[in-house]
Amino acid sequence: MGTRWIDVGLLADIPACGARVVKSPEGDIAVFRTSDDRLFALRDRCPHKGGPLSQGIVHGTAVTCPLHNWVIDLASGEAQGADSGCARRIAIRRLGDRVQLSAEAMRADAA
Amino acid sequence: MSERLVVVGNGMAPGRMLEHLFQAAPDAYDVTIFNAEPRVNYDRIMLSPVLSGEKRFADIVVHDDAWYIDHGITLHKGCRVVAIDRAGKTVRAADGTVAAYDKLVIATGSTPFVVPVAGHDLPGVLTYRDLDDVEAMLRAASAGGRAVVIGGGLLGLEAAAGLQARGMAVTVLHLMPTLMERQLDPAAGYLLQKALEARGIDVVLRANTHAILGDGRVAGVRLDDGAEIPADIVVMAVGIRPSTQLGRDAGLDVNRGIVVDDAMTTSDPDILALGECVEHRGQCYGLVAPLYEMAKVAALRLAGDRAAAYGGSVTATKLKVTGVDLYSAGDFADGEGREEIVLRDAAGGVYKRLVLRDDRILGAVLYGDTADGPWFFDLMKRGVDVSAMRETLIFGQRYAGGEPLDPTAAVAALPGEAEICGCNGVCKGTILDAIESQGLTGLDAVRAHTKASSSCGSCSGLVESLLSLSLGDAYRPAAVQPMCDCTEFGHDDVRRLIVAHELKSIPAVMQEFGWASSGGCAKCRPALNYYLLATWPGEYVDDGQSRFVNERVHANIQKDGTFSVVPRMWGGITSAKELRAIADVVDKFAIPTVKVTGGQRIDMLGVKKEHLPAVWADLNAAGLVSGHAYGKALRTVKTCVGTDWCRFGTQDSTGLGIRIEKFMWGSWTPAKVKIAVSGCPRNCAEATCKDVGVVCVDSGYEIHFAGAAGLDIKGTEILGRVATEDEALQAIVALVQLYREQGRYLERIYKWARRVGVETIRAQVLDDLDRREALFARFVHSQRFSQHDPWAERAGGRDAHEFQAMADLNLLEAAE
Repeated sequence: MGTRWIDVGLLADIPACGARVVKSPEGDIAVFRTSDDRLFALRDRCPHKGGPLSQGIVHGTAVTCPLHNWVIDLASGEAQGADSGCARRIAIRRLGDRVQLSAEAMRADAA
Repeated sequence: MSERLVVVGNGMAPGRMLEHLFQAAPDAYDVTIFNAEPRVNYDRIMLSPVLSGEKRFADIVVHDDAWYIDHGITLHKGCRVVAIDRAGKTVRAADGTVAAYDKLVIATGSTPFVVPVAGHDLPGVLTYRDLDDVEAMLRAASAGGRAVVIGGGLLGLEAAAGLQARGMAVTVLHLMPTLMERQLDPAAGYLLQKALEARGIDVVLRANTHAILGDGRVAGVRLDDGAEIPADIVVMAVGIRPSTQLGRDAGLDVNRGIVVDDAMTTSDPDILALGECVEHRGQCYGLVAPLYEMAKVAALRLAGDRAAAYGGSVTATKLKVTGVDLYSAGDFADGEGREEIVLRDAAGGVYKRLVLRDDRILGAVLYGDTADGPWFFDLMKRGVDVSAMRETLIFGQRYAGGEPLDPTAAVAALPGEAEICGCNGVCKGTILDAIESQGLTGLDAVRAHTKASSSCGSCSGLVESLLSLSLGDAYRPAAVQPMCDCTEFGHDDVRRLIVAHELKSIPAVMQEFGWASSGGCAKCRPALNYYLLATWPGEYVDDGQSRFVNERVHANIQKDGTFSVVPRMWGGITSAKELRAIADVVDKFAIPTVKVTGGQRIDMLGVKKEHLPAVWADLNAAGLVSGHAYGKALRTVKTCVGTDWCRFGTQDSTGLGIRIEKFMWGSWTPAKVKIAVSGCPRNCAEATCKDVGVVCVDSGYEIHFAGAAGLDIKGTEILGRVATEDEALQAIVALVQLYREQGRYLERIYKWARRVGVETIRAQVLDDLDRREALFARFVHSQRFSQHDPWAERAGGRDAHEFQAMADLNLLEAAE
């Protein structure tokens, strides 16, 4: 069985060095695009106080939470520096100019 | 008995394939080639040197007529295949020629993409693909005149350089914010742009072509913003499309390109395809190296090697423009577990960046010095463990103890007449002369002798760099607090150098100052964005992604991710109409909390982000505009009722407050600015703890500044007293403009004043009338570009992506 992927839009829908929100039954997902078009997806909740990571400044492959400036690594979801905590990753891929999220990974109970 | 091999297309890929095939199995096939072009196989990659005049066509021929005869190949020149009969295994050309095959190879290449704007079919609009295109360009160039090249990628830039070398005035239009963004990171793109501009090629970025103009023949190009650029020829170099029509008509599997497997075989086992027309593992290639790799696999397969397989390619690119050295290879994006090594030599115009993972090179971007490109590429392709040579890797193969990087390089690169101290008009040459002739050894001595850095002091770091340059190790500068971990420069140095080097983009600053990270961080990016915005009003394009969310969406984020909305109420005055509109908005959008602020405004808290544009539209309809409560900007001007109503009022404090606010709204500042105007010394507007305050007295206006009533509590300093409202406005504006030019990002006015000195500020904005007027004029100029209501713009649809979810999977679930 392969992963089931759900199309969520065009790469061009996400600003470079920016993020968009995908709403899901299990809560918002932040979809990030770096300056060089790499894609990452995390639950849109900072491990600190639940701040919306999708609203933060994206720099390199990290995002700074807009509430209290925690820096979260996009690839691992881990808080950087002295802070600790993790935002759950969601598998994401690019197919041509489309962006797709893994259907299974979006379930709240998935690992 | 030989089998019959028919090849459709005679470009570089099939040419290389046949060479391999004749080596591996010389007599296996009788070969027939159909070539739509009326000539032999030539090196398409070298068309640019032909265009620029550095090579002739004869120099770039790969296979001359003799080669085809020697190998017994039947070559149909100028003969386009129009159909494949897979059942009968024949191909038919436009002129009726039919050839039978046992194996067929499709190598139709690609066709240039033509932007379908009005006028794209006018005579004089060319593409850049084959020798016919080059000859058309050369004919046009021989008459001189102007050329516009649409597309700032590899081909477009080579065409631009070639046309310029042939004597045309060339403008390159590129849709993206940096050149060659697919191969280069922004820093290298910026260096490339500078090099092209230095040789006289105009580069217009973010240029969206609206139409090609001309009556019967091309005359110019109009951009989306209305700008028109005259042109005698227009070259479209915006990309290529795999030529798949033949394969599609024959019923082969086709996506973007003709689909092939690792054996270079299409969905028909007797038909192979290779080159730019194919799609392999979802990827189409337009560079020569992958085509050659495909050619080898296809040849071996045709020769009967059942193990030969193509596994995709890592690619390297070199721009073929004489005098511009640029090389990019592999994947140079940031990512998990990836590390980068960056070398920048701003003075020498060199930039090198390697991306590594697990001690192996993943990608390389080289600018200025590309000699080591092939070496890095080789290490990358072979997956060599570089841990042993990591320390010196970036210096290249022949590293022999290179000099350590010099942090003063940016200052060293300035010319002698570059102004270092703006306050006292002292240039670099004067300071160096004084250090040398007077034997100066320290900052204070330089201040005493030249006056440099003796006023606001913001150029102290630069003066210290000059001392280091002049005295070498004998000088030990005091530590400067760097802006952030990305750089060793402090805020003041960065601000000054932005002006001195005329830097106009964030990548430019990062490149010139040797930023340690490739894209900055959440501390430096907003600061740089502000500095550039404040330094180059009307020229610098605001970078929304470098702004904190509040300034990006023009509302204040709250702890639960909702936003608060504060409309402007000029001078704190409102009306029944405005209050009614606010009440209606609160009801309509079920806004949970409405609060009166300390700055005499009304705050609506708990607004959902997706509702913001609609909330603003309703507020706009009642005349309410953005209050900038979210910005490092002019926030509020608080007033008392003054002579309008108050029995003690000495002046029209409400009127002055409204006038100041209407004059200054929309301006961005290093940190927030709160102003108040009180109508008498009883000071009901609490003007003496604000960033700027006015206390009206009988004889005029007492201007205060540098107060604080937050983390710190501090009464204001008195700037001085003026007699008229006009003078008060001018002095306040000049004061804020000086702060905009000197303040460090996030530094409030009281901290700036403490650092720079109240006396220095007073001397410039009150005592020196010329300087006050100049500051005032610069503020007025800047306001021309900032007084647009951001709420109205967004209610009108701008930045819609900020306010809407990209997708809603709840709806999907419901539909399933």
